[in-house]
Amino acid sequence: MTDATAGQPAARPRREKTSLLTQDGRTKRRNAAETRFKIYGIIAISIGLLFLMGMLITIISNGSRAFTQTFITMEVTLDEAVLDKNGNRDLADIRRVSTFGYAPLINAALENKVQDLGIETLLEDGAAMRAIMSASAAAQLRDYVLSNPDQIGETVEFQFLASSRVDGYLKGRVTRESIARDRNISSAHLLLIDDLMEQGTVERSFNLGFITGTDASESRPEQAGIGASMIGSFFMMLVVLALSLPIGVAASIYLEEFAPKNLFTDFIEVNISNLAAVPSIVFGILGLAVFIQFAHLPQSAPIVGGLVLTLMTLPTIIISTRASLKAVPPSIRDAALGVGASKMQSVFHHVLPLAMPGILTGTIIGLAQALGETAPLLLIGMVGFIASEYPDGFVGGFLDPNSAMPAQIFEWAKRADPAYYERAWGGIIVLLVFLMTMNLIAIILRRRFERRW
Amino acid sequence: MPVFWIFVIITGLAAAGYVLGRGRALASAGGDQRNLHSLPSYYGSNAAIFTFVPAFLILLIWLVLQPIFISLTVQANIPDSVVPEGSTIGLVMSDVRRLADGLDTAVSQGVITDDYARSVRVDLTDIRARLGEAGVALGSNLTSEIMIAAQRFRSMTNTGNLIKTIVVLLIALGGLGYALSRTQKDFRARNTVEATVRVLLIVAASIAILTTIGIVLSLIFNTIEFFFLYPIGDFFGSLTWSPSFGGGSDLGVWPLLWGTLYISVIALLVAVPIGLFSAIYLSEYASPAVRSVAKPMLEVLAGIPTIVYGLFALLTVGPMLVDAFGDDGYLGLGWMQGGTAVMTAGLVMGIMLIPFVSSLSDDIINAVPQAMRDGSLGLGATHSETVRQVILPAALPGIVGAVLLAASRAIGETMIVVLGAGAAARISANPFDAMTTITAKIVSQLTGDADFASPEVLVAFALGMTLFVITLGLNVFALYIVRKYREQYE
Repeated sequence: MTDATAGQPAARPRREKTSLLTQDGRTKRRNAAETRFKIYGIIAISIGLLFLMGMLITIISNGSRAFTQTFITMEVTLDEAVLDKNGNRDLADIRRVSTFGYAPLINAALENKVQDLGIETLLEDGAAMRAIMSASAAAQLRDYVLSNPDQIGETVEFQFLASSRVDGYLKGRVTRESIARDRNISSAHLLLIDDLMEQGTVERSFNLGFITGTDASESRPEQAGIGASMIGSFFMMLVVLALSLPIGVAASIYLEEFAPKNLFTDFIEVNISNLAAVPSIVFGILGLAVFIQFAHLPQSAPIVGGLVLTLMTLPTIIISTRASLKAVPPSIRDAALGVGASKMQSVFHHVLPLAMPGILTGTIIGLAQALGETAPLLLIGMVGFIASEYPDGFVGGFLDPNSAMPAQIFEWAKRADPAYYERAWGGIIVLLVFLMTMNLIAIILRRRFERRW
Repeated sequence: MPVFWIFVIITGLAAAGYVLGRGRALASAGGDQRNLHSLPSYYGSNAAIFTFVPAFLILLIWLVLQPIFISLTVQANIPDSVVPEGSTIGLVMSDVRRLADGLDTAVSQGVITDDYARSVRVDLTDIRARLGEAGVALGSNLTSEIMIAAQRFRSMTNTGNLIKTIVVLLIALGGLGYALSRTQKDFRARNTVEATVRVLLIVAASIAILTTIGIVLSLIFNTIEFFFLYPIGDFFGSLTWSPSFGGGSDLGVWPLLWGTLYISVIALLVAVPIGLFSAIYLSEYASPAVRSVAKPMLEVLAGIPTIVYGLFALLTVGPMLVDAFGDDGYLGLGWMQGGTAVMTAGLVMGIMLIPFVSSLSDDIINAVPQAMRDGSLGLGATHSETVRQVILPAALPGIVGAVLLAASRAIGETMIVVLGAGAAARISANPFDAMTTITAKIVSQLTGDADFASPEVLVAFALGMTLFVITLGLNVFALYIVRKYREQYE
């Protein structure tokens, strides 16, 4: 700061006498620098906001397609000779017919449909046409027959999923050029789809199966849904909430209200602030080594994920809880102590209830962080597990292998079929909706209940 | 009895203890609360605590120690001849454990009876087929020694569980009886309860320490094991990274470290100018209305999960960069071979770090005393001159701290590099090449199917240790700087 005064006074430039109202060159330069500096700031903020907008637009434009799916409507005759040879409607007999047995029924139904509508196609029979349908159709039919055995012999209308190539064709992802070397589908199929589309047999509609369904095998992207992993995430969040809220609050109360100033307390403080900055993948290593290798908890189970995420969120919750405990003015404590409450009573009866809105806000934000966290889940085996079944029951929800929403998104992003990319973007929309809801609740809690002293 | 039910029973006993303790205290005071030392609920809580806490602690300790004890006992009884060449006793033990679990599953599904599971001999029956019916797949080498060990394992586990149930329930009942026997009107229940609660609070606070210890121990033990199998000099000395699960891997850390640092530097080059200028504008120039909109919007970027950034890098930014810098790109440079590259990951990570840098710098700039601003403006400096020559120098240590914290974030970031940076470990100066990082390799080494005792898997722990030490060092240093700076103006 001394440079300004250290200059030689002799070299001071001679100033011409000018009006204050006209700016000289130097002032103009300084003002220009001022404007430039301000513009840099505006540019920086605009870039940041632009990135945000770009990301949101990408997510929405790519992901919204996952919520619609192409369906093919047709009437299938549930042939008694195929499905129930003995004709006694014995479930054990019906169950013996595998999905392969159902394929001819679908082929026939498809062929009939095309003939009824009078569509000309190069494909000779139903078996050749079936590439337009999802491989899941036979299983869907079989499930229906097993739950309604009395419908055997009738003709029932079904809505089957179209294959992912057909779906991609209607969404513009698959073109005639791109399928030139595709063995699964030919341009004859696409012509057929165009005709069926005109007749209203093939249509795109909202796909509830994506939100509630389970993950499917690599070759059936049209069937995959995020429902099972949503349940996995839900059980993980239950574990995180049940452990991190009481432990975090207890730890904060001790550190804020009771802890004497000594080495042990300092050590805890240092640990908490360091844990908050430890990379999440390291928590994954901890979970793998301690919970799976050492304690032999089941791999891929939500309880392990929940435990790891609890350890990760604890510092966040402790830091925000301490802030809200600190915000309660000392007069409250003094008043409680003054009328004869013990220290413990003053904290639990007076300080804690007043700090509760802040604590809950911090907890919800911590939970939202935990919900979106992926890296530690990779290491405890939640990626790579194909969540193709719902967990059974409450205990099963904690202990059965399952996936979690971010892990499921990662799993889809790794698969080769571009149809899964669409699913991954769609999964992100679902995840972001959850995160936004949680953050909104936190903001509302803060606005509604937080007290300014 | 399953642990869950033991837990439910001791919780029930504790609830009963609360009611009984409270009632007994009131009865001893002749029904008049004023004759009691403490409020009635404290007598109840006292009984509940004495019922629940010791029993629960014993249950936890038992759950941890029993498997260790049984494993050691069973392991000691397995003859060395059973361990195949090139394998370890640990792998045999995991076979034993799997077989014991399989027998349990089969019994619970009713495929075989409990007596059958206890007495079955491998050489007499085809147990593999029977277990297959229950959906249990067994490992390749099923010898009679393993079967005997598994049966011993099962019987010890069953006995242990029975004893555990009895002991835990007895302790719960004993605690209940003891607490009730002490409950009378002069008993200082509040003091006892508060002392216990205080201990529980301390235990909760110590979990942070336990977590750190857990992290350090799980890293250290496996790292040491790794360095027994693979020389430490090669790990820190070799410039190639080529793991091959058949053996003869080259596991040098430098290519990974190079990739990590390169990506972090690019990320910081994006995040620091944008974040810093945003912070300056928001704290010095913006009107309250702009600030109240722009600041939360920027912070939304911090709330987006990293998997979203990863996908954005892989599917949007990568292809966009290839369109520009790729072989057939419209710039015609041909620098980039594929969508995953250092640049892709670095750019996206930079976006992720913007709010981190800007909100930390914002706090620090706001902490510079108003008097310094006023003094500078009063001398005739323009606003930007004040910022550049007064505020920034004053805030510099704090900003350096913020940048270091951001760097530690960048180094530890996983999902963006796993999806956006590629898998090839190489040392190259071209930012459009695919490179890989420490975190990405931790993931790929630990999620493979390889045997857990091989150096190719254990190296992940050594990498984790490296990462932990680097980020910890950066954090401690950054916090030190930030704290030191804060004191300067307070």
